[in-house]
Amino acid sequence: MSIPDWLLRRRGKNADGRDAALWTKCPVCGEVLYRRDLSANYDVCPKCGHHFRMNAYDRINLLIDGDFTEIGNEILPGDPLGWVDKKTYPVKLAGDREKSGISEGVVCGIGSIDGFQVALGVMDFHFRGGTMGTVVGERIALLLEEARKRKIPCIIVTASGGARMEEGMFALMQMAKTTAAVARFKGDGNFLATVLTDPTTGGVSASFAFEADVIVAEPKAMIGFAGRRVIEQTIRQKLPDQFQTAEFLLEHGQIDMVVDRHDLKTTLVRLLQYVAGASSGPGASR
Amino acid sequence: MNGNVIVERERGLLEVERRIADLRDANVNQPVDFSAEIAALEQKYESLQRELFGSLTPWEKVNMARHPSRPTSLDFISQFERFDELHGDREFRDDPAIVAGFALLRGRPVMAIGQQRGRDTKENLRRNFGMVAPEGYRKVRRLAHTASRLGLPIVTFIDTKGADPGITSEEHAQSEAIAMCLYEFTQARVPIVASIIGEGGSGGALALGIADHVIMLEHAVYSVASPEGCAAILWGDASKAEEAASRLKLTSADLQQFGIIDEIVAEPLGGAHRDAATVVANVLGAVSAAVDRFARLSPQELQEARYRKYRRIGAWQKERQGDTGTPGG
Repeated sequence: MSIPDWLLRRRGKNADGRDAALWTKCPVCGEVLYRRDLSANYDVCPKCGHHFRMNAYDRINLLIDGDFTEIGNEILPGDPLGWVDKKTYPVKLAGDREKSGISEGVVCGIGSIDGFQVALGVMDFHFRGGTMGTVVGERIALLLEEARKRKIPCIIVTASGGARMEEGMFALMQMAKTTAAVARFKGDGNFLATVLTDPTTGGVSASFAFEADVIVAEPKAMIGFAGRRVIEQTIRQKLPDQFQTAEFLLEHGQIDMVVDRHDLKTTLVRLLQYVAGASSGPGASR
Repeated sequence: MNGNVIVERERGLLEVERRIADLRDANVNQPVDFSAEIAALEQKYESLQRELFGSLTPWEKVNMARHPSRPTSLDFISQFERFDELHGDREFRDDPAIVAGFALLRGRPVMAIGQQRGRDTKENLRRNFGMVAPEGYRKVRRLAHTASRLGLPIVTFIDTKGADPGITSEEHAQSEAIAMCLYEFTQARVPIVASIIGEGGSGGALALGIADHVIMLEHAVYSVASPEGCAAILWGDASKAEEAASRLKLTSADLQQFGIIDEIVAEPLGGAHRDAATVVANVLGAVSAAVDRFARLSPQELQEARYRKYRRIGAWQKERQGDTGTPGG
């Protein structure tokens, strides 16, 4: 047994949380990865190219140069239904806050990408599966309203299991709220791009995710309306592996491009260059 | 699928009904006077009905909303003075789970759009149990756009377990179809009045539900996911649907209190199907009154009011925060 192997095994067995967190295993190819290497590679497996689910602030660091002024971070969830199952909803929220280091399922703000000022929203699957409740809807709407006021492009990176059950119809209504904000924003001639990451489903895919001018997706991201399990239960058969992947959607004409995370920033910059070059200002006729 | 708890309950009632009818027959055809027995049975019937249907739990309401005899969208739309159905998404096919077209409501031309489930197995197969495919949502979007351009108010009827979750629907971009339906409804320059008449399930229902005035039948339900879906998502067990139904706050009373719906139309004891004609007339009356009210607003005023309405819905709290989430942390 080589020393690194031994080290891994030992860490795997008796590691306390911090030690274990130094290493992780690629769920696709099984390669054991040193976390720092993985982070340096934008959370993409150096061996097989698997795109790990990214934390919101890592994504912001990846895309934004310099300062990022947050919008709506003072808005925190309530408990509109008084939800209780195994735990109360506030207890679940507190647990996710601790685990993910963020206050809700999306981080929004204004920053610049290669000289272009943009409004950026980044969802994070680590907070309640990226589900959309009232706070996610409200922050996205505030982001779009601020971008509309400033006449700047908006980019939203999605990662979501859909609407948040514990907020019931309030959660569903965020599809209406975000859509209304998107329509106003786009109606003024502004540019919206979405980046769909693994997974993007349900109430998020069926609202702002698919209302953008340009829709980019990360490789192999699972994207769809109904969850895979729901479809399999309905049709009573297994679905092929590539079903609902980004590549499947590209082939079916649902998205514009599949972009590796290493190329995401340059791709977005190229798009922003076209938009900036299209007219002297948003809404100008062409 | 388990039996419908409301249908089960009605069996006992039907038995009493039949006995009353038999006694009435006997009263006419035979010399013996059964009036006292009839009166007693009628009293029993009344109290039984109150006992069975006087107050329904959320799960019972879910079953009421799914009752096979409950009036469907076409039962409402057929009571407009005129209706001319329009078909197809202009791209691929016509989805029979959506019924839509020009209609005349109290003399006013409108665009009527409804989700249509079947009454029997054969019709349910044709209409896919009211679960709409992308083509159906594209038909809705097309006709909503036409209505908006022509200045015809949009009147919708919502009755679906949810959008169709099939392979073809995913291949045909169900997400985009629903999203762009929502988009069209937020932008419409005409009054929109939506009525939830049965089950309003998830985004597939909301696609017809962004409206200036939302009416809900007393025992209809409207939910972020079906109770079965919610139970499967949260607890990995669809059989806990009854528990999910009670937690989701999906009844008309809850949703009116939340400001998510605007008006409740009452149902007779035992549900809308016990007196469908009256229920349909009452809903159409409420729809017509709401259309009249919103027709006074200009297109810009309508759009602005609708924006503010949906912008407001939410239950978040503002808090000063210091320690959560720092960039690069």
